[in-house]
Amino acid sequence: MGSHGGTVVKNSAANPEFGSSNLPAAPWKPHGGAGQDVGRSCILVSVAGKNVMLDCGMHMGFNDDRRFPDFSYITQNGRLTDFLDCVIISHFHLDHCGALPYFSEMVGYDGPIYMTPPTQAICPILLEDYRKIAVDKKGEANFFTSQMIKDCMKKVVAVHLHQTVQVDDELEIKAYYAGHVLGAAMFQIKVGSESVVYTGDYNMTPDRHLGAAWIDRCRPNLLITESTYATTIRDSKRCRERDFLKKVHETVERGGKVLIPVFALGRAQELCILLETFWERMNLKAPIYFSTGLTEKANHYYKLFITWTNQKIRKTFVQRNMFEFKHIKAFDRAFADNPGPMLEVKMQVEYMSFSAHADAKGIMQLIGQAEPEHVLLVHGEAKKMEFLKQKIEQEFRVNCYMPANGETVTLPTSPSIPVGISLGLLKREMAQGMLPDAKRPRLLQGTLIMKDSNFRLVSSEQALKELGLAEHQLRFTCRVHLHDARKEQETVMRVYSHLKSILKDHCVQHLPDGSVTVESILIQAAAHSEDPGTKVLLVSWTYQDEELGSYLTSLLKKGLPQAPS
Amino acid sequence: MAAHLKKRVYEEFTKVVQQQQEEIAAKKLRLTKPSKSAALHIDLCKATSPADALQYLLQFARKPVEAESVEGVVRILLEHYYKENDASVRLKIASLLGLLSKTSGFSPDCIMDDAINILQNEKSHQVLAQLLDALLAIGTKLPENQAIQMRLVDVACKHLTDTSHGVRNKCLQLLGNLGSLEKSVTKDAEGLAPRDVQKIIGDYFSDQDPRVRTAAIKAMLQLHERGLKLHQAIYNQACKLLSDDYEQVRSAAVQLIWVVSQLYPESIVPIPSSNEEIRLVDDAFGKICHMVSDGSWVVRVQAAKLLGSMEQVSSHFLEQTLDKKLMSDLRRKRTAHERAKELYSSGEFSSGRKWGDDAPKEEIDTGAVNLIESGACGAFVHGLEDEMFEVRIAAVEALCMLAQSSPSFAEKCLDFLVDMFNDEIEEVRLQSIHTMRKISNNITLREDQLDTVLAVLEDSSRDIREALHELLCCTNVSTKEGIHLALVELLKNLAKYPTDRDSIWKCLKFLGSRHPTLVLPLVPELLSTHPFFDTAEPDMDDPAYIAVLVLIFNAAKTCPTMPALFSDHTFRHYAYLRDSLSHLVPALRLPGRKLVSSAVSPNIVPHEDPSQQFLQQSLERVYSLQHLDPQGTQELLEFTIRDLQRLGELQSELAGVADFSATYLQCQLLLIKALQEKLWNVAAPLYLKQSDLASAAAKQIMEETYKMEFMYSGVENKQVVIIHHMRLQAKALQLIVTARTTRGVDPLFGMCEKFLQEVDFFQRCFIADLPHLQDSFVDKLLDLMPRLMTSKPAEVVKILQTMLRQSTFLHLPLPEQIHKASATIIEPAGESDNPLRFTSGLVVALDVDATLEHVQDPQSTVKVQVLYPDGQAQMIHPKPADFRNPGPGRHRLITQVYLSHTAWTEPCQVEVRLLLAYNSSARIPKSPWIEGGEVSPQVETSIEGTIPFSKPVKVYIMPKPARR
Repeated sequence: MGSHGGTVVKNSAANPEFGSSNLPAAPWKPHGGAGQDVGRSCILVSVAGKNVMLDCGMHMGFNDDRRFPDFSYITQNGRLTDFLDCVIISHFHLDHCGALPYFSEMVGYDGPIYMTPPTQAICPILLEDYRKIAVDKKGEANFFTSQMIKDCMKKVVAVHLHQTVQVDDELEIKAYYAGHVLGAAMFQIKVGSESVVYTGDYNMTPDRHLGAAWIDRCRPNLLITESTYATTIRDSKRCRERDFLKKVHETVERGGKVLIPVFALGRAQELCILLETFWERMNLKAPIYFSTGLTEKANHYYKLFITWTNQKIRKTFVQRNMFEFKHIKAFDRAFADNPGPMLEVKMQVEYMSFSAHADAKGIMQLIGQAEPEHVLLVHGEAKKMEFLKQKIEQEFRVNCYMPANGETVTLPTSPSIPVGISLGLLKREMAQGMLPDAKRPRLLQGTLIMKDSNFRLVSSEQALKELGLAEHQLRFTCRVHLHDARKEQETVMRVYSHLKSILKDHCVQHLPDGSVTVESILIQAAAHSEDPGTKVLLVSWTYQDEELGSYLTSLLKKGLPQAPS
Repeated sequence: MAAHLKKRVYEEFTKVVQQQQEEIAAKKLRLTKPSKSAALHIDLCKATSPADALQYLLQFARKPVEAESVEGVVRILLEHYYKENDASVRLKIASLLGLLSKTSGFSPDCIMDDAINILQNEKSHQVLAQLLDALLAIGTKLPENQAIQMRLVDVACKHLTDTSHGVRNKCLQLLGNLGSLEKSVTKDAEGLAPRDVQKIIGDYFSDQDPRVRTAAIKAMLQLHERGLKLHQAIYNQACKLLSDDYEQVRSAAVQLIWVVSQLYPESIVPIPSSNEEIRLVDDAFGKICHMVSDGSWVVRVQAAKLLGSMEQVSSHFLEQTLDKKLMSDLRRKRTAHERAKELYSSGEFSSGRKWGDDAPKEEIDTGAVNLIESGACGAFVHGLEDEMFEVRIAAVEALCMLAQSSPSFAEKCLDFLVDMFNDEIEEVRLQSIHTMRKISNNITLREDQLDTVLAVLEDSSRDIREALHELLCCTNVSTKEGIHLALVELLKNLAKYPTDRDSIWKCLKFLGSRHPTLVLPLVPELLSTHPFFDTAEPDMDDPAYIAVLVLIFNAAKTCPTMPALFSDHTFRHYAYLRDSLSHLVPALRLPGRKLVSSAVSPNIVPHEDPSQQFLQQSLERVYSLQHLDPQGTQELLEFTIRDLQRLGELQSELAGVADFSATYLQCQLLLIKALQEKLWNVAAPLYLKQSDLASAAAKQIMEETYKMEFMYSGVENKQVVIIHHMRLQAKALQLIVTARTTRGVDPLFGMCEKFLQEVDFFQRCFIADLPHLQDSFVDKLLDLMPRLMTSKPAEVVKILQTMLRQSTFLHLPLPEQIHKASATIIEPAGESDNPLRFTSGLVVALDVDATLEHVQDPQSTVKVQVLYPDGQAQMIHPKPADFRNPGPGRHRLITQVYLSHTAWTEPCQVEVRLLLAYNSSARIPKSPWIEGGEVSPQVETSIEGTIPFSKPVKVYIMPKPARR
């Protein structure tokens, strides 16, 4: 019932880069070999006239203006608040939220900012830490202040998992679990029947403290997915964990000390949980310390947001909250001097990778789950994305895009227009025998009433009544010439028997007044006024019987079969 | 005004009616037992509103209805049904119809017509669905009646086009449960058009409602369960449903695909978008594997479970499930498992310290990489990494089943199983250890794998450690380093958790006897002997040293060159351990020194037949020489019993049979002795005192027979007959003794009657075995039964007495496999001198840890008894979850017992022991005479008596008075 090609929706996805408009060939900051994950994510999406900014990240690699996205790209004149309907932050990593105070307080944005409760709680800690390093340590001027962070966080609206939030009358957003860090979410942005899903960073393999990303089969028009590991299929995490634990355990048993530098918040918790459970299981006594500061503050929130963690932690927190570490303590500088002599430092450096991004298989799995019409890859290296793009197009037969920074992609959509049907009409049509056969289309007669952008399909009688119109009968008549020298009655009989033999499903009747009816179609025969050898058949049918009527005339035009005389 | 008047009239009217009815009801109650239908009828008429009627029906539904009155009740209900306008009441009536037609003993064919009739006029969809449900109940009650089934199927087909999903659901359910299995039957029944039930159900696979789709698949599965062979065409339909939006549909579809793949494993199906064809079972396997990464965990569990039972799948598909085809930056990468294997084969240990040892190797052709749809690829890798532990357990179980049927797969899945030992959830770890044990026959552990396995020995969970010990018992190790490693880790385990002592010793026993050649080169190192110097003698009581010796001695059993490496003290220690821990240390053939043991052992170890023969011979001797003079018989019995008991001690394999026979002979001996008492010849008033011995004998025989019946596993029916026969004799003896000692006839009447009932009961239970009991006590007894029934007690006693003397000694056939149930309490050890102090009136928890051998169904039979010094006995029923099953025939009870008592002045010992509860009536359903179902659950759980079957352990406790 949908009419096609009515509206074209522009989905523009853009990555505002720094000042210059002539962007470098590889616009995305590649992820370094050491697993550094530093790229500023900022995507602008317009869905059916609504503008949404997804993430507002900063770049760790720069110390000048280039660390923040160029917001002047969004709109040249006019305020950002007027142009953007909302801002959505997927998770608390700085490359996804680092530019937020700058954007809202210094550039100026007063609209709503959406994020999940854990992100809302942990984000300001990270921002404050970032500010301290930039201002206090590096002595930068013209940076956002603590007050700005506070003001910025006041504009935040919390979104819970699977909660649908109405931003305004038309725009709604919904969060799904992403499993990248605590509180990481994927967002569905929906305007009318058009929708976009933005994944942020996500992880399809569960780890020690988080579950796997999950989305329902929401069939969005566009899926914007990260593609950090576009060309990697990872090994089972169990080997990595086992190796890690073994190395730590061996060192501790030898009497050594283990220093684990963990860059990302979230990964630190992962390793804490891993070590803590291992210590618990193996009854080990050696103390584990973690550097105070960020991790400790964030840990507090990890204890609170148990519902966002994985099955094991959720199930056991009644007995004991797994984040209430027994063996892991905050590190005090005084400890370093405590046990034993520290004259000689023999150090071995070992390399382990614990990443929480989806690998190529995971990305494909998510696309399979959501079944989008189009896929857009962001957050990855161009060359690798090229490979994944090709794979996605090949396996799912959907269009895949990978815009460069500052590039806009416009997607046409075929929106479906809902039409209401009156129950009476539907029931009447179904009463004519409804078999659950989805393949065969069925013809349904009714009247489409369009009234104040509201479509309804009603029976013609009701339509007449509603609109106060009188019913007009439309009849088609057609004359068919037949060469038949016999009498009219005989011709009629022949027509009757011919039709009777062909139209077995229909009611063919021979009326006493010398006419033939097929259902409600009337056929009469008369001799031609000039040529008595030709008979004229008069076929008449109503508009409703158009299909049958035209079929009948074409049948009669072919002539009658030779009578077996 | 008029309205008001009308209301008043109405009120008065209703009042009057109610009073009348109450009277009637009261009358009925007084006169007769009111029939169910009448009472219901009155209730329903009384109801003034639908809500009232509903209440009455609900009350009615709580009480059962006898089979005779069902039809009447149904008529009443139907009558009311026609009158009722409210859908909810009709719904309840419909549901009652279904319930009532399930009443046992009632044939519902008489109400079917009515049910179908009311179905035709019903408008409410919910009521329709409920009525169809009632019809389903009727149909399943009458499985033989083809005509009825046909009619019901017809009704179901008619309502399939209903707009409500509930009705369609029920129709499909009806079709699934009643759809005829053979088409030929369909044709001749009433000329109805033959219906292809499968086709009809299949059409609803594409219904618009997911619930109906699910119901359609379930109906199809139901057809399969009822024995109808599904068409292969269903396979393609089911495959389409795998991508359904709804999880319950997908879950059911996975099941259906599995069913079809088991039906047509070898059919060939084309692969879409290529010209190739593969076996259906392989295709289905690939599809189910794909579902292991489904979005819904319910489906994932379902898929993972089913994978385990697809044994016909080709091996290369199977092996794909473990290969995820790793890559990094488009270059092929080896898994950590492959790297470990390579390192191992190159002779290096995995250091993990090399940079880039996991660096990706060769480039991959981008076109050749298939990220999804590669079917089975990596299914288990995903399943084992799943976020829900239910899925992981299902995957481990599936791995286990597949590995058991394919040794090559077992070898390959080893790495993954080993990895699962580190899972975060204990259940999963335990499950994977058990799985590994089950497949251990097919595998040999590499050293690096062994290393990971052994690391788990430090786990703080006792279950995990013990499961691991069990695993090590049956593991094949490939190198001597492996053995050494295992030993070192086990000793570390022993140091860390000393309570694991027994389990570790046992583990080393098997480890030693499995790998004698690998242990041999380690012996000097393990015993720390030196070619030139004498080393210090280790402490004999050190559990770690004993552990090492257990390993070495068990290896030496099949390795005759090993004892040459022993030093003097080792031989001394051997002699000591062979005596003190004989179950762990085997008999060895040692050169020269140990003449005593070497003289005995060669005779016993290689041949088992002589002892078996000896057993047979001594038993035959007893049975054949039964007509000797009483003195001789008694002596022979005594000697034989002694022989058998000694044999049982020497030969653990024959212990069960020997003990069993000895107990039987003991009973016989007691009976003979009792019958030869002088008391029988003395005049009545004089033997009051002397009868003690006879009645004690009777009592003891009873006890022994209960032991024989319930303490041995593997007792067959033919032995049970003999045991019961012996018990009957004991009861007869008891009766005679009581008759002689009691004055007056009155109590005897009851006893006699009871005894005769017992005889009758015996006859009924063992009617099939009676021919084997010729010339026996019961045989003669049954001959005289009519006379006994009418005789006076004194006469009965006389007859019994003579019969007991005349009856022959029944031959006890030896069962093939018989084991005596035994239990050992490991904890509390009973060695502590420190009393367990607690405040009187409060409770103290006592940890009890015991091993049970050859106990059937310990969850319901094993009880813990605590005997307090004041004679008070307390019986504790352990929870079913407290029993673990580490191996066939063995159980482990780890539980807590709560003790409490009033205050004592000084500490005292309580006795803790295990009891075997029995109930002889629980055995009865075995006999063909009484059909099952009659025994109420109460009888089954009740305990008739208990047999202590473990040594009591004393625990020192001290309840202190509470401080005020």
